[in-house]
Amino acid sequence: MTVSRNAWLMGAIAIFAALAPLVFPDYRTQIAMLWVMIIFAQTWDVMGGQMGYNSFGNIVFFGIGMYTSAVVQRDWGLEYFIGLGVGMALGSVIAVAAAAIMGLLILRMRGHYFAIATLGLGIAAGEIASGWDFIGAGSGMVTPLYPGHIDGRNLFFDYLFFAIAAITFLCLKWLYGTRFGLTINAIRDNEDKAEAMGLRTGTFKAFAWCVSAVFLGLCGGALGNLLGFVDPRDVAFAGPTFGVWMVLMAILGGKGTLWGPVLGAVVFHVTQEIFWTHLLGWQRVALGLLIVIIVVFFPLGILGWARERWPHRFGHRVEAS
Amino acid sequence: MLDNIQLLFDAPLLTTQLLLDGVLIGAIFALAAYGMALVWGVTNIINIVQGEFVMLGGYVTYQLYVWGAHPFLGIPVAAAVLFVVGYLAYRTVIFRVANQDLFISLLATFGLSILFQQLMNQIWSGNVQSVDSGLDTWYLFDFTVTVAQVKVLAFAVSAVIAVLLVIFLKRSRLGQAIRATAQNPQAARVLGIDTDRVYAMTYAINAALCGAAGSLVVMAYTIHPYAGLPFTVRSFMIVVTAGLGNLPGVIAAGLGLGAAENIASFVLGAEHRIAFVFGLLVVILVARNAWLGRHRKYLK
Repeated sequence: MTVSRNAWLMGAIAIFAALAPLVFPDYRTQIAMLWVMIIFAQTWDVMGGQMGYNSFGNIVFFGIGMYTSAVVQRDWGLEYFIGLGVGMALGSVIAVAAAAIMGLLILRMRGHYFAIATLGLGIAAGEIASGWDFIGAGSGMVTPLYPGHIDGRNLFFDYLFFAIAAITFLCLKWLYGTRFGLTINAIRDNEDKAEAMGLRTGTFKAFAWCVSAVFLGLCGGALGNLLGFVDPRDVAFAGPTFGVWMVLMAILGGKGTLWGPVLGAVVFHVTQEIFWTHLLGWQRVALGLLIVIIVVFFPLGILGWARERWPHRFGHRVEAS
Repeated sequence: MLDNIQLLFDAPLLTTQLLLDGVLIGAIFALAAYGMALVWGVTNIINIVQGEFVMLGGYVTYQLYVWGAHPFLGIPVAAAVLFVVGYLAYRTVIFRVANQDLFISLLATFGLSILFQQLMNQIWSGNVQSVDSGLDTWYLFDFTVTVAQVKVLAFAVSAVIAVLLVIFLKRSRLGQAIRATAQNPQAARVLGIDTDRVYAMTYAINAALCGAAGSLVVMAYTIHPYAGLPFTVRSFMIVVTAGLGNLPGVIAAGLGLGAAENIASFVLGAEHRIAFVFGLLVVILVARNAWLGRHRKYLK
């Protein structure tokens, strides 16, 4: 029953993804950003939700993708689409390499120490990016123009980001069903026991971070071209930008679930767009307030709350107690 | 960069100047770090709002200065205002997350820090502000080494507050209750200590310490609504390096961090100062972890 409902839901989303940019041409950029947000929330949840390693630094991989793609397109003199493809691929590869190296160093920390270390990484990356002349320092980098009409550009990126989001979702859905998914859940529940059972937790932790980095690198490689500009603040954890949104979206939807981050991203993106239109000047105050409210009152997220309310709908047996 | 390192060796007076400035600012870092160590030790919360409390203390002093008061008055007033702010923050938000998952409290204080940043930005605008304390500068070694008296004042105030804090924790009834709660909350509750009140007071005292630090920052340096996070990270680093509950260690680590930061910002360029702070944080954490791993304490 669950499987068929999942299939229905995925079908509906695919139809929405195919038609929405055509039906609402004015909202194409927003729709593309919606897919980006979904990718953010999902990739954060691999670490934060499924594995219980609450990282503030995942945004760095996104930034690596963004900058790599921009540098490839600027310096290698390739044709636009080839440059974009090469940039995305290379960005993804470098992001994974960075994830592997950083993973070996800091994934051995736990709890507060891990979260603060990743916060430090995120902010240090942003500060380095805004001080490094090769990548434009504080003024950022301009990405090449799309060869064609702007409507065509937006349509192209709509479908591109949907494709990345869909691939991310399907890959994660498959991964969560394998031994990998079981292992990272075991690490979340009790890492010492998992280690004592003979699981190589270090390898799995680093691998989970690499999974998260692959998709963030891809997504970042493409996003620079949609925004037309790479801002050093995008890679950083400086203030209320992507870095904190991805954490918030996953928690809002319900961390540690497959659909939670997707739901959280949709709800967050829509709310945020409403904030931005109606609360000009105060939107970031509202954002801070929102973080506090979500974290303090809904730490389980929407799906977690629904699961507590209607456990039988989620395939849980209600225990008589 | 290499030229600058060479210069450090060739010009000992310049190096002295850098170290002196660094040590003097390090005292302010240590002041915020006492508070963080206190809250961390007692309530097991890592308070990300720390830096914003420091900035808010600075803005309170700045506002008094704009209204015509002497900035020295800002030190007690900022501490008092921040005490109230800290108490209210605890009673509205922090107590709900005090006994929960570690990450929930971390993220909740992070949300509060964004809230405070944006409110400060709305009220006092995003400009860099500073206050003229009216103090002079000492010139040593034929005008090659300068010491701003306000920085010496900051150092002295920080030292006095450290001593007062130790006396308070050792002697006063509330201080003893705080130490008892830090050791064992359940036993403290059984013995009739109102632990909830202790938590609230600890948090408020922490905010007051940050307020005093902030008013020293605005006199000796500058404040900015978004400059809070580096202070949080510095406090965290200092506490991690010193170890919880080690007040002399906090002072030593604070002074050391100030000196290291000042030297690094000279060698790497001032624009890399914040990057250096955050990079150093990661290095310290990695080193600490490797050290603990070698001593087989990591399973805890």
